[in-house]
Amino acid sequence: MSFSRMALAAILTLTATSALQATEITKLRVATEGAYPPFNYTGPDGVLTGFDVEIGNALCAEMKVECEWGTQEWDGMIPGLVAGKYDAIIASMSITEERLERISFSRSYYNTPSTVAVSKDSPISEITPEALTGLLIGAQGGTTHSVVAEEVYSESDVSLYPTSEEYKLDMESGRLDAVIDDLGVLQSWINSDAGACCKIIGSLPIQPELHGQGIGVGVRKGQDELKGRFSNAIHAIRENGTYKKINDKYFSQDAFGE
Amino acid sequence: MSNLSLGAAGSFVQNQTIEAKAPPPPPKSRDWTLTRVAGTTWLTFWILGGLGIVWFLLNSNHVALVFQDDGFLPVSITHNAKFLVKYGEKFVSGFLITLKLVGLSMLLGVLLSIPMTFMRMSKSRILGGIAYAYIYFFRGTPLLAQVFLIYYGAGTFRIPLQSIDVWWFFRDAWNCAVLAFTLNTAAYQVEILRGSIQNVAKGQWEAAAALGIPKWLTFWKIILPQALIVSLRPYGNEIILMIKGSAIVAIITIFDLMGETRRAFSRTYDFQAYVWAAIAYLVMVETLRRLWDRIEARLTRHLKR
Repeated sequence: MSFSRMALAAILTLTATSALQATEITKLRVATEGAYPPFNYTGPDGVLTGFDVEIGNALCAEMKVECEWGTQEWDGMIPGLVAGKYDAIIASMSITEERLERISFSRSYYNTPSTVAVSKDSPISEITPEALTGLLIGAQGGTTHSVVAEEVYSESDVSLYPTSEEYKLDMESGRLDAVIDDLGVLQSWINSDAGACCKIIGSLPIQPELHGQGIGVGVRKGQDELKGRFSNAIHAIRENGTYKKINDKYFSQDAFGE
Repeated sequence: MSNLSLGAAGSFVQNQTIEAKAPPPPPKSRDWTLTRVAGTTWLTFWILGGLGIVWFLLNSNHVALVFQDDGFLPVSITHNAKFLVKYGEKFVSGFLITLKLVGLSMLLGVLLSIPMTFMRMSKSRILGGIAYAYIYFFRGTPLLAQVFLIYYGAGTFRIPLQSIDVWWFFRDAWNCAVLAFTLNTAAYQVEILRGSIQNVAKGQWEAAAALGIPKWLTFWKIILPQALIVSLRPYGNEIILMIKGSAIVAIITIFDLMGETRRAFSRTYDFQAYVWAAIAYLVMVETLRRLWDRIEARLTRHLKR
């Protein structure tokens, strides 16, 4: 094979690959945790559902792509995305500085505050650090709310649980004095039979240096086009009322924030 | 058995060395045989792997050499060990929690396993049955399930536990962890101890009986020392398994070494977290291995010639 033919082959391959890259993405693999009701969980029928999943499906419909959902344990969420096991994370993941070092995020699609719940017969009525000094507070490890718990309530003992299910068990059994998590998570729990033990006493103001910039869709670094499409789709469903429809199904207030 | 009593007496050991009758054989020539090539290749891979890990850790902390013209030393080391500064202290506390948890559970396990061993070996069907059922359950189910059952199971029985005034014990995650680990390791220890006691020849009991030595003294002075030699290695294995098994304890909010590792990783997504954890576990197991070699040398000194 002569040199010119080789060069031609190389050019052809290059154009072919760039043409492939330019084609529209028609199928996306999306990961979520599946253990964070009401945002993402497996329903009684075994189907993955929740606010994240419904918003995700609305975004995919808006972007005219087919989305295939899968579950991934929380701690492995970002490594899995980086390794290419899936293309996007829609799992109530806050946009924080540390995460931005590894992956990119779309604009936020919701932003709800850290909220504190206590037992119904608890004497605690305030959420100031003084009111909770020396008490045992539960949170899900690896979440922004757990970081908030450790920073704000530095004089309390913070117990970290693998998922929200376990701290709920310990709240019901009375091991924990208080629990801190997302407003939506605690609200839906307290409104269910399992959460009959407890009440919400207040929410902390959102602190961007701890909470990050709200909850976004995570994509691999460099996939700016996909990131932009997600951001535009979030805008679009916000404008056309789809967002409100899903929001009202889960929450009494608007979760979008700002 | 004659050399056994000689060795224990000590003063009968010969002091003069025996003269060699023939010169030692010439050292074997070190040819590059196939085995040696394979061994060297294998060793090279291990060394490269080790160097790779060191390089990864240095690189993760941005360790670099900087050459300067001025100053006393022309070279200085710069680093940016952000990860270690932020999480180093937590790793140490997790390491200590792992040591404390395993140490305490092993100790309590020894205390529990001795009466259980007698129950297991007893001729009473009831006592033997109880011990058998206990061992059957704790060896047959995963430690993870036992920890979960004891901690969250106790939580659902809060009212009855409060009525018998033991809730204060189960309320604390640490107590539940120690209880679960103790019960688990004691079950294994009973079998180790029983096996090694039954391994001692029956003639030892009979000989002691013939000499009129009481049974308890026979057990304490004759049977147990011989049984301990046999059970030493299995005990070491059991501690190693416990050290590694303790990594699951973070599910009940005890942040041991693995729990701290996962926490650091979930905040930074920096893989060096797991490398440091692996190194810490290796250090623990290696220290134990060396300690066990010493103990074995001490316990079997009468068998050496």
